[in-house]
Amino acid sequence: MRGAATAIALIIACGVATFIMSTSTLDSLTETRNAFYGEFRFADVFARLKRAPETLQKRIIEIPGVSSVETRVIAAIKIDIEGFEEPITGELISMPDESPSLLNALYFKAGRAPSPNSSNEVAVVDTFATAHSLHVGDSIKTVINGRYRELAIVGIALSPEFVFQISPGAIFPDFERYGILWMGKSALSAAYDMEGAFNNVTLSLNTDIKDSNSALADVIDRLDHLLAPYGGIGAHGRKDQVSHHVLSEEFKMLENMSVLFPAIFLSVAAFLLNIVVKRLITTQRNQIAILKAFGYGNTEVGLHYVKLVSIITIVGAVGGILLGGWLGDGLSNLYMNFYRFPYLKYQLGTDTVLTAILICFGAALTGTLSAVRKAVLMAPADAMRPEPPRNYRETILERAGLKRRISEPTRMILRHIERQPVKSLLTIIGISLACAIMMVGSYQKDAIDYMVDVQFNRSQKEDLSVVFTEPTSRSALFELNNLEGVRYAEPYRSVPARLKFGHRSYRTSIEGVDPVGNLHRILDTDLKRIKLTSDSVVLTDHLGKILGIGPGDTLEVEVLEGRRPTLHIKVGGLTKQYMGLWAYMDIDSLNRLMREGSSISGAHIAAQKSSTNSIYKRLKEMPRVAGVIVRLNSIRNFYDTMAETMLMFTSINTLLAATIAFGVVYNSARIALSERSRELASLRVMGFTRAEISYILIGELAALTLIAIPFGFLIGRILCGVVSKSIESDLYRVPLIIDISTYSFASTVVLLSAVVSAIIIRIKLDRLDLVSALKTRE
Amino acid sequence: MVADKTKLSGDETSRPNGSPVEAVFSARGLTKVYDMGEVQVNALRGVDLDLYSAELVVLLGASGSGKSTLLNILGGLDTATAGKVTYRGRDLSNATERELTEFRRFHIGFVFQFYNLIPSLTARENVTVVTEISNDAMKPEEALEIVNMGNRLDHFPSQLSGGEQQRVAIARAIAKKPAVLLCDEPTGSLDSVTGTIVLEAIEMVNRTLGTTTALITHNATIASMADRIVRLNDGQIIDIKENKEKVSPEKLRW
Repeated sequence: MRGAATAIALIIACGVATFIMSTSTLDSLTETRNAFYGEFRFADVFARLKRAPETLQKRIIEIPGVSSVETRVIAAIKIDIEGFEEPITGELISMPDESPSLLNALYFKAGRAPSPNSSNEVAVVDTFATAHSLHVGDSIKTVINGRYRELAIVGIALSPEFVFQISPGAIFPDFERYGILWMGKSALSAAYDMEGAFNNVTLSLNTDIKDSNSALADVIDRLDHLLAPYGGIGAHGRKDQVSHHVLSEEFKMLENMSVLFPAIFLSVAAFLLNIVVKRLITTQRNQIAILKAFGYGNTEVGLHYVKLVSIITIVGAVGGILLGGWLGDGLSNLYMNFYRFPYLKYQLGTDTVLTAILICFGAALTGTLSAVRKAVLMAPADAMRPEPPRNYRETILERAGLKRRISEPTRMILRHIERQPVKSLLTIIGISLACAIMMVGSYQKDAIDYMVDVQFNRSQKEDLSVVFTEPTSRSALFELNNLEGVRYAEPYRSVPARLKFGHRSYRTSIEGVDPVGNLHRILDTDLKRIKLTSDSVVLTDHLGKILGIGPGDTLEVEVLEGRRPTLHIKVGGLTKQYMGLWAYMDIDSLNRLMREGSSISGAHIAAQKSSTNSIYKRLKEMPRVAGVIVRLNSIRNFYDTMAETMLMFTSINTLLAATIAFGVVYNSARIALSERSRELASLRVMGFTRAEISYILIGELAALTLIAIPFGFLIGRILCGVVSKSIESDLYRVPLIIDISTYSFASTVVLLSAVVSAIIIRIKLDRLDLVSALKTRE
Repeated sequence: MVADKTKLSGDETSRPNGSPVEAVFSARGLTKVYDMGEVQVNALRGVDLDLYSAELVVLLGASGSGKSTLLNILGGLDTATAGKVTYRGRDLSNATERELTEFRRFHIGFVFQFYNLIPSLTARENVTVVTEISNDAMKPEEALEIVNMGNRLDHFPSQLSGGEQQRVAIARAIAKKPAVLLCDEPTGSLDSVTGTIVLEAIEMVNRTLGTTTALITHNATIASMADRIVRLNDGQIIDIKENKEKVSPEKLRW
């Protein structure tokens, strides 16, 4: 009983822990984000433009619904850190001179805000500071507007605008190669030749219209109208603000996972709990009969078992709450490495706790009551009389003519399984589910490996990509090709655009690529190269889904740079991509549509490994080069991000799943032992050895486990599919790739649980008291 | 303490009637104490007993007299707290678990009050399960024929009456041709008519196969079918009586 009770408590604890961990992590992060946004006045509308006079601010604030406006100067800069070879890019953002920031205020982790007029004081974003061990008092070298400048760090800050900090064009954060700096407005304006002008504006809306999409669209329209003459490239709301967008997508994913995982876990735990409790009580039939014989009523007997199960459930639930709370706190803190919040408001809501407890009690009590009901329905005298032997018959295998090949002990196993099909089936389902949740926990590693393989080994084969400060003539490509160590350079053109189809739209960029290039290749679902035809666009499949558009349809493209034309381009096809959402075109066609000659935004480069440092050095010296994306870094950043968040989440779940798996298998074995100890004792009396009787019991466990595993694979595959589907986001789609190692891992854990259970059972069989086992009636 | 009145030394001994026969079991000073938490129960208090080849002994006594404990120790299911028991000169008192298993496997047949058949196996298979692990066993069908169950070979226990189940249990016990048949209240769960049929089977096995048989009962009537009657009370043998007028089981009624 102690073993069974422990296993039940463990199952409950793990189910509850997953639930508590996921929900508390999500609640905490959401609460933290909202608090940070509120306290530090995260803006509602953002717009970039070339240059507008400060006087325009008055007209902006007159837009109905706008509550505050802050104009800023933002400069793209290059940063040089001693000892760090690769080029670093960043942005220098202005802070208001007199008053504190109306919007997007900074939280200072250390130091203070730069003085308004000091031309060399800056605050640095904390991620960049940490990545390069920069402290208040240190100085960094920068190139602003083509001019070299050494800046003193006076503060280390966090901003609601950069909770998830990512450089333009990248998919994952890179804290080492992209930095955000803040400087007093007057000083920055002077350095960037923007005195009396601004090139960035953020607005907040009146609280009553904050959640209204139409009001937001109206403000954006009016703002765009005002900024258009000044090179505005289209304002956007929070939805399209990079940090907020990524954060929302991640939260959405986390939310789906935090619903899905616990739903799977808790229902598996509840299901198992139900079976286990039912079987446990069935083995107590005699005691129930005795209690009834003494005059206990059905309700009293029922209550007795309800109390018993409640105690086990409470122990499990409390353990699960504590474990889940602890894991949730740890996981939330882990997320803080990526989401730069100044503080974490860890939340373990009472509703979460209550829901978990209710689910467990529901499962435990229904199992208990149905079993008790069955037991009390029998007249005490019947229950105390030796039970007549159960009806058995030959199994299908024997009737099929295999009888002579099957030994008596094996027949016992097979007939016992077939005699109680429901019980056997429930055990099989229990073990299958345990196997399935193991797969859900671990398949993502395979999927991520596959994503990396497709993205970085088959599709993007370049060693590094150079980003120019602005579209440049293709002749720049020759310059790059001639750099020492560059084996091959391939041009690309990236045009920021809002893609529209019907009422749906999505802001991304159209990537013009070399249709026959060797480095950057657009692949179809079978990983075969897609032929880019002239004047048609190929979309990431998920983008096609978002826009509801397919091959043959015409896409409206609102270009967000230069003369901002609106183009209509036919969709030529969809490409399978697991990361990001892009539209691709033949670079020449794109140039033609843009009416800009053969202009390029940068180049993908295949480089000799030995020359990378000299290439970096040369690239740093080129004023036209805004930044460099290094393939290995991209892979590493991807792994870092995924590994530390999603994989950590799933690893914890895997551990909990393994515990559940063990609990199920062990309990099945334990109950089988109590049900069959008399039979096995009889065989021992007749001279069967311990090994021989172990075969009968453990053989049954092995048979059920072996039947269960393939079913587990099937259920696991379905569950993995559901998980993949539910965590689809703009950032990445996790493909349903299940490696053989996941199958073998899941089955190994189940088999190991079976082996450990078998060993425990064997020890118990060795201690089987023959005399007392024979005295007990069935 | 009342000991075997005809105590003889060594394995070669003689039956009370004087004919020299082999003592299959020889127990000396058997004591069994059960530790029941705060109290200690003396189930056997220095029992001396010999069982001879081919005899049918009935151990008679009230519940708690120690007869089952004695039978369990003789059958290698339990070990004595003190004293010595030998089987054909082999000391069982210090035998290992493995040796006891082997002893039961090849030398002892058990019959229990609640039959203890394997419900998932047919009559034939219940016997086969034992014959398969023995040397020189008879065919399962043959064993079942002896107890007159040859026509119910493929029936499962649930399809058999209590008496039939007990006869299958006897067939299972004798199929491996054990030297000793130990029966613990074999008629305890049966009515008189069915019980008689079962006793006939046991008597027939004893007579035709020469299997030393020890039968436990609290039913004094049954004792009249025995060669010797051993009475136990409170963990001690109070009386061993040779039954000069054996009554055939079919004449027994209770």
